[in-house]
Amino acid sequence: MDQLLINPNYPHILSTLIFLPLAGALLLFFVQNEYFARYWALGIATLTAILSIPLVSAFDQTSAKFQFVEQCSWINSLNIQYVIGVDGISILLVMLTTLIMPLCILASWSYIKTRVQAFMICLLIMETAMLGVFMALDFVLFYILWEAMLIPMYLLIGIWGGPRKIYASIKFFLYTLAGSIMLLVGIIWLYKTNNYSFFIPDMMWQNYSLSAQIYLFLAFFLAFAIKVPMFPFHTWLPAAHVEAPTAGSVILASVLLKMGTYGFLRFALPITPQATTLLMPYVLWLSIAGIIYGGFTALAQQDMKKLIAYSSVGHMGFVTLGIFVLNLEGMEGSILQMINHGITTGALFLCVGMIYERTHSRELRSATGVGKYMPIYVTFLAFFSLSSFGFPGTNSFVGEFMILAGTFKHSIPLALAAIPGAVLAAAYMLRMLQKIVWGGTDNPDQSWLKDLNLREIITLCPFLFFVFWIGLGPQPFIDLMHISVINLLEQFHAHQGQAVAAAELILH
Amino acid sequence: MQFLPELTLLGAALVIFLVSLGKSDADKMKTIALGLGVAVFAATLFSFSQKGSLFYDAYKIDLYSQVFKTLIAGAMLVVLILGRKLKDIKNSVHPEYYLFLFISVLGLMMLVSSVELLAIFVAMELSSFAVYIMVPMRNDSGNYHSQMEAGIKYLLFGVTATGFMLFGMSYMFGLTGSTQLAVVMEKLSHIYNQPAAIVAIMMVLAGFFYKLALFPFHFWVPDVYEGASNETTAFIASVPKLAAVALLIRLVSMVNGEGQIIVNILMVCAVLSMFYGNLSALVQTDIKRMLGFSGIAHAGFVLLGILTFQISGYANALYYIIGYVVMNLACFLVICSVSSNGENVQIKDLSGLHKRSPLLALTLTVALFALAGIPPFVGFMGKFMLLAGALKQGYLLLVILAAINTAIAIFYYLSVVRVTFCGDPDNNDNIVSGLFTNMTSIVLLLIIVIMGVAPQQFVDFATSTVQSMM
Repeated sequence: MDQLLINPNYPHILSTLIFLPLAGALLLFFVQNEYFARYWALGIATLTAILSIPLVSAFDQTSAKFQFVEQCSWINSLNIQYVIGVDGISILLVMLTTLIMPLCILASWSYIKTRVQAFMICLLIMETAMLGVFMALDFVLFYILWEAMLIPMYLLIGIWGGPRKIYASIKFFLYTLAGSIMLLVGIIWLYKTNNYSFFIPDMMWQNYSLSAQIYLFLAFFLAFAIKVPMFPFHTWLPAAHVEAPTAGSVILASVLLKMGTYGFLRFALPITPQATTLLMPYVLWLSIAGIIYGGFTALAQQDMKKLIAYSSVGHMGFVTLGIFVLNLEGMEGSILQMINHGITTGALFLCVGMIYERTHSRELRSATGVGKYMPIYVTFLAFFSLSSFGFPGTNSFVGEFMILAGTFKHSIPLALAAIPGAVLAAAYMLRMLQKIVWGGTDNPDQSWLKDLNLREIITLCPFLFFVFWIGLGPQPFIDLMHISVINLLEQFHAHQGQAVAAAELILH
Repeated sequence: MQFLPELTLLGAALVIFLVSLGKSDADKMKTIALGLGVAVFAATLFSFSQKGSLFYDAYKIDLYSQVFKTLIAGAMLVVLILGRKLKDIKNSVHPEYYLFLFISVLGLMMLVSSVELLAIFVAMELSSFAVYIMVPMRNDSGNYHSQMEAGIKYLLFGVTATGFMLFGMSYMFGLTGSTQLAVVMEKLSHIYNQPAAIVAIMMVLAGFFYKLALFPFHFWVPDVYEGASNETTAFIASVPKLAAVALLIRLVSMVNGEGQIIVNILMVCAVLSMFYGNLSALVQTDIKRMLGFSGIAHAGFVLLGILTFQISGYANALYYIIGYVVMNLACFLVICSVSSNGENVQIKDLSGLHKRSPLLALTLTVALFALAGIPPFVGFMGKFMLLAGALKQGYLLLVILAAINTAIAIFYYLSVVRVTFCGDPDNNDNIVSGLFTNMTSIVLLLIIVIMGVAPQQFVDFATSTVQSMM
C-alpha cells in the first residue's frame, strides 16, 4: 500500500465529491417542481465544483502516489474494496468533470422543457459515476461505475434526444457494453492471478507472461478503443452526439470520451507493458487513420453536430497518438489535449445547441449568415473554432504541439502522416465558421434571431477563460501531471527493458 | 412446530376448499387468499430457526430448508399481491385456483426439506400436478384454446421428465441399495465415473432441469408462459425455480468425489441453455415468451455456480436465484398491472409506459437492467460472482462464453426499455395501480438495488445457509 497517500487535511474530500451529486439526485425523486429541480441541480453541481477546488491546491505535485486516498472494505468475500484516490493523471480529469457539470445544467436551462426532474436526476447520477470512474482504485468499483454510467446516458439520449434517438441510444449502449464484456473477464483473470485482489496499483508492473499480456491488452483495447472512439470503432459516436440533447453531447464529448484514453493510461500501459510495446505500431497507425478519416469526414458534413462529432474522432486520434509514442512530450501533450478537447469541443457543442434552440435545426444551411445579428455569439464561436484547430495562443495548440513533438521524436514518417490532420482541422472549422458568420448570397432571413442572453454568456465564459489560460500559460497544468507521467514512463521502460533482456537471454 | 409452515399451508388449502363449496364471492376470496398467504409467510418466519428431522429421516429441517421455505412463502405472497384480481380467470373457479396454488406451494416446501428419493418424488409430483391444473384455468381467448395447449404441453413434458427422474432413482437404488440421499451419494461417489452412476445422476437431475427450465428440458417454456394466465406464469417463473435450485444444490453438494464427466455435462447444459435462451429471446414479440427464454438463459447461469462444486459456488447460485426471482417478479408485477383484462402483453403494448405510469416504468426498467446484468443492480453482482467463482476453478472458456451471452442478452432487454421510455403510447389511459401493488414494486426495487450495492451480508448469509446443510 506504499502507492497511497492519505491527506489528513481532507480525509473525505473524494467521497464527498462522489456522493454529493448522488444525494442531490435522490432528493429530486421526491420533488415535483420543475423550477426547484433546475436550481437544486445547479446548486448541487456548483457546490461539487467548489468543493473540488481544494483538490488542486492541496495536491502534492512532487509525488506520483495516489493522493486523498480513502479506503474501506466493501465486499469481503471477494476482497473488493471501496478505495479511491487521484494522481497527476486523473486529477485534471476530475476537475474537468466537476467544473463542466454546472455549465451543462445551465445550458439545459431552457432547452429541456419536459420531465425536467428526471433530466436533472440523470445528469447528477452521471456526475457521480464519471467522478467515480476517474477516482476508483479498485477494479470492480471502476467497472461498476463504468457500466452504471450507461444507464443515465442511455436515458439522456433516449428520452430527450432528437428524431433518431432510439437508434442512437441503442447503438451507444450496445457498443459500449459489448466492448467492455471482455474487460470483465480480464478483470477476473487479473484477480485470480494477483492473489485474489482487485486493487489496481497491485496489478500494475507484475510481469505477466507475454501471451497473457497480449490477451489482456486486446480486452482492454476493445473496451477503451470503443469508448475513445478510435477508428474503426467510432460509428456510435456521430449517431449519439447528433441525437443527444446539448448537455448530453457536452458530457459525451468532454468527459466520456476521455475515459477511454484514461483507461489506456491507467490500465493498458502499467498492466501490460510488453504487449503495449509489441502492439504499439498498430495502435499508432490506427490513430493516424482516425485523424485523417475524422478530418475528411468532418469536411463533408452538412450537420453541425456531426461535423463536430467527426472532428472529435480526429482530435482523439491525436490523443491516442500521443499516448502510444510513449515519451514524455507525447504523453503530457495527450493528457493536456484530453482537457483541451473537453473544453473546446464541449464549448462548440454548447454553441451549436444555442443555435439549435433558436432555429430548431442543426443544418449548416439554416444557420448561415448569423454573424450580423448575433455578434456576441459569433465572437465566442470564432474563438472556439480557432482553438479547435490548434491556433497558436489557444489551448489546443499547446497540446497538439507537444503531441507532434513527441511523435517526431518517436518516428518522423508517423509525424508527417499526422500533419495533414492538423491542416484538415483548419479546413473544416474555417468552413463552418465562414458559413455561420457570413454565409453566401442565399442566406435565410436571420434578422429575427436574438443574440445570446446573460445565462448563455455566463455558460460560455468559463470555457473561453480556460481556452486562453491553457493556451498562454499551460505550465501549472503540466506541473500537476508531470511527476506522475515521469513515474509512469520510468516504470514502463524499466519493465520493457526487463522483457527485452529476458528475451535476449532466451535467444542466446 | 417443525412442520408448522407445511401444516399452515395444508390448513389454508382446507379453508379454501371449504370456501369453494359455497357460493363464491371473488372479492372475499381474494382477501381470504391474501390473508392466508400472510399467515403462511408468518409461519415460515416463526419456524425459521427450527432444526430436526421427521418421518424416519426422510424429511430434514435445517437452516437451509427453512430459508428456502421463507423465500418460497415470500415469493408466493408477491404472486398473490400482483395477481390479486386474477383478471383472466373465471370468478367461479377462483377458489379452486387458489386451492391448487397453495397445494403446489405445499409440494415445493416439502421438496426443499426432502432428503429421501421417494419423498422427493412425492413432493415434486404434488407441486407439479397442482400447476398442471392451474395452467388451463384461463378464459378461452377466441377459438385458439392456447391455454389448453399450454396445459397439455406442461403436463406431457412434466410427466416425461418425472419418468426420467424415477428411472434414474431406480438405478440409484439398484447401485446403492438405499433411498436415503446421504447414503446414496456417499456410495455413488466411489463409482462416480462409472457409466451407470453417471446415467443415474443425469436422469435424476433431468427432473430438476425440467423445473428450472434448463436445456434440454426447456421445451415447454415458451408455450406455457404464453398460454397460461399472467398470474400463473408469474408463479411458474419464480417459485418452483427456487425449490429446484434448492434441491439441485442439496443433491450436488453431497457428491464428494471427483466427477469430471458430470461437470462437463453440466457445463455443456449451461452453455447451451444460455445460447439457446438468449438467441431465441432476441426475436420475441410477446414479453412473457421473452422472459421465458431469458429464464432459460438465467438457469444456465445458475448452473455455473453449481458446477464449481464449491460452497462458495453454491452460495453464489443461491444468491443469484434469489435475485433472479426478485427481478422476475418485478417484471411480472408490471405485466399484470399493464394488462387490463388479463390478456397477454406484447412488447409494443408497453410503448410510452413512462407516461402512463412512471413507477411501473421505473420498476420495469430497473428489473430489466438488472436481468441484463448492468451494475449496480443485483443481476450484475450475481453474474460477477458466478463468473469469478467459475474462473477460480479454471473454467476460462466457460466464463468467456457466459460473458458473450451477457452481451447478447442486453439487446432484447434494452429493446423493451426502449419502448417504455422512447415510444409513444397507443393508449393514453393512466394505469391505476393499487396501493399494495405500488408498495410491492417499491419493495422489490429496493431489494434489487440493495442486494446489488451491498451484497456482503447476503452472500455471507447464503454461505452460512449452504454450510448448515453440509
